Amino acid sequence: MPSIISIRGLNKTYASGFEALKHIDLEIERGELFALLGPNGAGKTTLIGAICGLVTPTRGSIVADGHDIIRDFRPARTKIGLVPQELATDAFETVWATVSFSRGLFGKPADPAYVEKLLRTLSLWDKKDAKVMTLSGGMKRRVMIAKALSHEPSILFLDEPTAGVDVELRRDMWEMVRGLRESGVTIILTTHYIEEAEEMADRIGVIRRGEILLVEDKATLMAKLGKKQLVLHLQSPLEQLPGALSGEPLELSADGQTLTYTFDAQSEQTGIGALLRRLNEHGIDFKSLQSSESSLEDIFVGLVREPA
Amino acid sequence: MNFYAVRAIYLFEMARFRRTWMQSLASPVLSTSLYFIVFGAAIGSRIGSIGDISYGAFIIPGLVMLSLLSESISNASFGIYMPKFTGTIYELLSAPVSFAEAVLGYVGAAATKSMILGLLILVTARLFVPYHIEHPVWMIGFLMLTAVTFSLFGFLIGIWADGFEKLQIVPLMVVTPLTFLGGSFYSISMLPPLWQKIALFNPVVYLISGLRWAFYGQADVRISISLGMTVTFLIVCLLLIRWVFKTGYRLKA
Repeated sequence: MPSIISIRGLNKTYASGFEALKHIDLEIERGELFALLGPNGAGKTTLIGAICGLVTPTRGSIVADGHDIIRDFRPARTKIGLVPQELATDAFETVWATVSFSRGLFGKPADPAYVEKLLRTLSLWDKKDAKVMTLSGGMKRRVMIAKALSHEPSILFLDEPTAGVDVELRRDMWEMVRGLRESGVTIILTTHYIEEAEEMADRIGVIRRGEILLVEDKATLMAKLGKKQLVLHLQSPLEQLPGALSGEPLELSADGQTLTYTFDAQSEQTGIGALLRRLNEHGIDFKSLQSSESSLEDIFVGLVREPA
Repeated sequence: MNFYAVRAIYLFEMARFRRTWMQSLASPVLSTSLYFIVFGAAIGSRIGSIGDISYGAFIIPGLVMLSLLSESISNASFGIYMPKFTGTIYELLSAPVSFAEAVLGYVGAAATKSMILGLLILVTARLFVPYHIEHPVWMIGFLMLTAVTFSLFGFLIGIWADGFEKLQIVPLMVVTPLTFLGGSFYSISMLPPLWQKIALFNPVVYLISGLRWAFYGQADVRISISLGMTVTFLIVCLLLIRWVFKTGYRLKA
């Protein structure tokens, strides 16, 4: 199946000469939830802006659902909904009016039944006649999502949707995003919360300094780049590792109480059995042991760490 | 043509107008009425007629023009500046809306508002000063043309402005002086010959003269020249807005 968004050779150089995006090639598949991870200033928002029409690309092409976003902007944009990072809402309009306005702006005839359903899903129904400025920050965020969904888009961009949102709303938001994905909407989200990507995404792209470092299936990424560790809590502290074990990927903690063994999660031969036997031979006894897997966060930090 | 978008923008702007009617309707009507009271009803009788028009009636076209120009500019500039200021412009930029549609919505609403204001001022003026309108159809047509042209101009100012100060500067420091010096209170023919020539560089002269012709059949410059100048300015504004949307000037990164 052809991808729903296809980005080729996208470059954005600002008038100041700053190259925010350097030759981005990216394919987003239909119906997937794609998480774009990157540190601040990596180009996430610029990339989304370029796809949605807020940023004029310097070079390159973007095709959304078969339509070039510049030549064929009308059908392309009708398919896209955007929730930007900054809270930007009208102040004096009611929730109902501002969401209905968005629907009209995107070229759809009024559909009160749909808007009602949307507001109910987002727990905004009892606020429909409230002026937007009287709402809390979390509620305003919901209003922005309602506006982005008002024209029934098939592609939804969420730029840091859960930044500055309380835990409950974040859970609600995840629930809603999952529901949307199940209904067939393609979702691209950027986030700082790696657990969010870990929990929700089908695929993950990592961007740094305007370049896509990698795009990978979440499971593959975690298996490929994830490390497993075995931590042994020793019966009695060790002064230092016995010389015979120095070739192993073993690390002794400063207090001599724990030994950490790092191994490749994918390999068939983890070497744990042999390690335990050898420890036994050297008379090193342990109280307990635990194994852990690196989280996406560890992988991410490892990837984007600036080369010294 | 995204008809629903034009309608949405137009209705959104008109809703804003209803919320702020004190500021955008009542206050210009009141301040213009003060001129009619002072120069029409009070001291107007001490000032000689100009041509065969009483002074109170003579100043009506100019004062209507003054309100029409400043309200068109401030309505349209505010309409597009506020979304830029609050950040809600992202929605317009990401919507399937062409430059023509956005202009139709914003400028259409701003021009509608100024037309309502202009007509209301005319009705109010009638309370203080008797006047007649020789070419009512031309009068309405000329008011509409001016309202649209200066709403376009205001729209450009709203895009250009990057602060509230700039938003105010053009109406207060350019349009008001040009209107006062453009023959609102006198006929250009009353000026010394050199100043008569200089006055012709003031675009507002053509607007006021055109409107006065529609009222009383008298004008400082020929009506065809007035129309021609207004339409030229309209086209210049349209071309500039087209360029703004093409390049994304002050709208897009």
